[in-house]
Amino acid sequence: MKIIIVGDGKVGFNLAENLSREDNDVTIIDKDPEALRKADETLDVMCVRGNGLNTGVLADAGVREADVVIAATTSDEMNMVCCMTAKKLGAQHTIARIRDPEYASELGRLKEDLGLDMVINPEQAVAGEIARLLEFPSAVNIESFAEGRVVMMEMKVAAGMPIVGMSLQEMTRRAPLSILIGGVVRGDEIIIPRGDFVICAGDVIYVVGRPYRVIQFFRRAGVQPQKIKNVMIMGGGRIAYYLARYLDEMDVGVKIIEIDEQRCVELTEMLPGALIIHGDASDESVLHSEKLESMGAFIPVTGHDEDNLIAALLAKQYGVGKVIAKINRINFSNAIRNLGIDNLVSPKITTANYILRYVRGLQNAVDNPVKTLYRIMDGRAEALEFVADEHTRCTDIPLKKLRIRPGVLVAAIVRRNEIIIPGGNDVIKPLDSVILIAYETRLNDLSDLALSEE
Amino acid sequence: MNYRMIAKSIGNLLMVEAACMLPSFLVSLIYMESDLPAFAWSIALAMLGGFALTCLKARTPDLYARDGYAVVALGWVLMSVIGALPFLFSGAIPRPVDAVFESISGFTTTGATILRDIERLPHGILFWRSFTHWMGGMGVLVMMIAILPSVKANTIHILRAESPGPTPGKLVPKISQTAKILYAIYILLTLAETILLLLGGMPLYDALIHAFSTAGTGGFSNRNLSVAAYGSAYIEVVITLFMFLFGVNFTLYFIAFRRGGLRNALRDEELRYYFFIALAATLMIAVVNYGQVYRSPLLSLRHAAFQVSSVMTTTGFSTVDFNLWPVFSRLILLLLMFIGASAGSTGGGIKVVRSIVLLKTVQREITRINHPRAVRAIKINGHVVDEAVVSGVMAFFFFYILIFVSAVMVVALEGRDLITTVTSVVATINNVGPGLNAVGPMGNFAGFSPLSKIVLSLCMIIGRLEVYPVMLLFFPGFWKKGI
Repeated sequence: MKIIIVGDGKVGFNLAENLSREDNDVTIIDKDPEALRKADETLDVMCVRGNGLNTGVLADAGVREADVVIAATTSDEMNMVCCMTAKKLGAQHTIARIRDPEYASELGRLKEDLGLDMVINPEQAVAGEIARLLEFPSAVNIESFAEGRVVMMEMKVAAGMPIVGMSLQEMTRRAPLSILIGGVVRGDEIIIPRGDFVICAGDVIYVVGRPYRVIQFFRRAGVQPQKIKNVMIMGGGRIAYYLARYLDEMDVGVKIIEIDEQRCVELTEMLPGALIIHGDASDESVLHSEKLESMGAFIPVTGHDEDNLIAALLAKQYGVGKVIAKINRINFSNAIRNLGIDNLVSPKITTANYILRYVRGLQNAVDNPVKTLYRIMDGRAEALEFVADEHTRCTDIPLKKLRIRPGVLVAAIVRRNEIIIPGGNDVIKPLDSVILIAYETRLNDLSDLALSEE
Repeated sequence: MNYRMIAKSIGNLLMVEAACMLPSFLVSLIYMESDLPAFAWSIALAMLGGFALTCLKARTPDLYARDGYAVVALGWVLMSVIGALPFLFSGAIPRPVDAVFESISGFTTTGATILRDIERLPHGILFWRSFTHWMGGMGVLVMMIAILPSVKANTIHILRAESPGPTPGKLVPKISQTAKILYAIYILLTLAETILLLLGGMPLYDALIHAFSTAGTGGFSNRNLSVAAYGSAYIEVVITLFMFLFGVNFTLYFIAFRRGGLRNALRDEELRYYFFIALAATLMIAVVNYGQVYRSPLLSLRHAAFQVSSVMTTTGFSTVDFNLWPVFSRLILLLLMFIGASAGSTGGGIKVVRSIVLLKTVQREITRINHPRAVRAIKINGHVVDEAVVSGVMAFFFFYILIFVSAVMVVALEGRDLITTVTSVVATINNVGPGLNAVGPMGNFAGFSPLSKIVLSLCMIIGRLEVYPVMLLFFPGFWKKGI
């Protein structure tokens, strides 16, 4: 596909990196030659210097033949106008990043008027992600498939858990649970576990199955998934606002600490259900007096990465069960991950992932669409959901007879309400949702699952 | 430095080179001459060496700018050595220094030769000589990027280091696609010339050799008298035209064909300068030569146009011995050798666009004296040229002249006359081929000492790769780890 990305910031760069690796023709437009230089030197993309609102610049970038135009500059208005212009010039699909909540209420009409195909609000997206993480607090990460009927949870195995030292065969023999361990990260290595695989402390495992089965598994594994009853949010920005709204729906108590008095007043107006505290959350005494230690979760979402991280570490010391920190600069995420904070979220990565998913959906829209796609294990593997239809090549053949592509694992088959954790005798039938995990290979189509007969 | 990845890339390069020897092998098979085993052995050696290098496992596939430079510089040296093997094995050129000189002269599209009598060589060897021009013109690494599927994004550094011009860029988002487009244009133009030469009554073998030499702006012929041997005005005009066309930035062909923007392409500033410099030089030479050398004005114009086109694009074909021309005409030719062809073409020299930038910089300095507070940017095609690029061009120019002077000093140790000494370096560093006096169109480089030949060979590679990739190899900081 021909893709034009306007704005070479973190989101733009991340998108360009992923999309160009997936064999798309990517062109980046930006005004800043420094930013473009980096993209030009490290990515296989074309860079055009100029303003994305300028029709000449857009034409230079090949907007007429473009399949997708993604506007991810810092300005909402610029993104909107850019998408509108691009659509007028002949671009097939347009995606805009629009973050101002003022526009959010009129999004439907805006989308129609401007011919936008997708609008993404990074703050709202990241708030949604945090809310999802809070729903299943024992998982490091959780992704859902088939309208939530199947979930994949990422969990870190701690020393002392009963499953440590057990092989997978042993585990199923002791307690048949119909879940599947779809992947293990051990150190730098990614392993597709077989029956004789023995779990060690420190492994990160990916468990696929029905939500309650997975929770059951977690309980057996010695993790007590409790529902979180109250959450403290540090910083009253847009993420806090969206998150508080989501948590309100989930019936979770919310306490927001915000330093700016004016903003506190605004928040009280907008969020009647939440308790707004005026204070400096980087001051330990404030956190202490607001009973940080009794909170189910602590979520620092201020604009300063350093404050967020320090507060998160503090909360961990106080014994808060679940700490999710927002960071903007993702360069050091590997080092930060070892600090013991449960989750890190970044609006930019979330935005890029959402757009990526949409673009991939477009790519496969013809038939056999990828319904859902998640990048897991630091982007080294993908979990995908496909829907089989009559054109799919590998239907009605028992899996053991298929020559399945190396590095691909069939994790689950969803047939109406039945969820099958497949064995060798199971078959894929038309209309099934199939959940696959692919390691270091890329699947565009469910038929790619099996190597061709030749 | 990612040594393993560099070795791997060079291994790929050698395999591509081995594949490129196949046509010459075929030619020698058709003529059944003594050079057949020479090609068989060379291909086997290149294949084996290349394969051994590609078997290395690299820890990371990342190539940074300096790795790209290293690949290009080392790759070119190694490629030239392997390319010299057929000359050596067949006994066509018995001495290794001479064989490598000839091979480098081929790949760098210089066309300077150490051979006194070309016509007695086997057909396969002559074909290989010209084919190296064709490969080296667009770049063997660019070919590698075009045909090998496993090419990663960071090969942009290789493309940059090998392609001539201050800011080589991409035509389309994908680098392999860009390389393919460049080669497609290249092949099309070469084919067109071959057909036109055939129509002029040239035998197929000769037509191919001259088309390859023109395409790479090299200058090797299979006749001792070069193009003059055919004595045909038609052939001369065709070659004049195509030499000029191969000296044009290939990006412009892409713009003209693909986006239907012929007008945009013609509006290009470098193209215009290129055209007007060639036109002005032709007219001046034609006028000066008329009456002194040639009786007919048309003949004078024809020879002037051919030589200007040949020298400015740094091809180096000749229809006449311009060594006998008046001093003024010879000096103009010498000047054209330095200016060279357009950036992004197959020609050598400093390149027209750099000359434009240099001129505009001088102009700006003068404005600055008149109006000390004036803010002026240097523009090409209406776009501001980045200050980093401007200072890069100036540094390049200085470095170029510095190398030129140093090489002249070394060659001067031979004790030959001044014109021979200076023009031998001018002709090699600018990838032209023939210079003046002893190294003129009717002369050759056979009489030089091995030291001079090595220095001149280096000059050719430095000129073709535009100084930096080769010179970097001589700086210890380039090899240090972790800095």
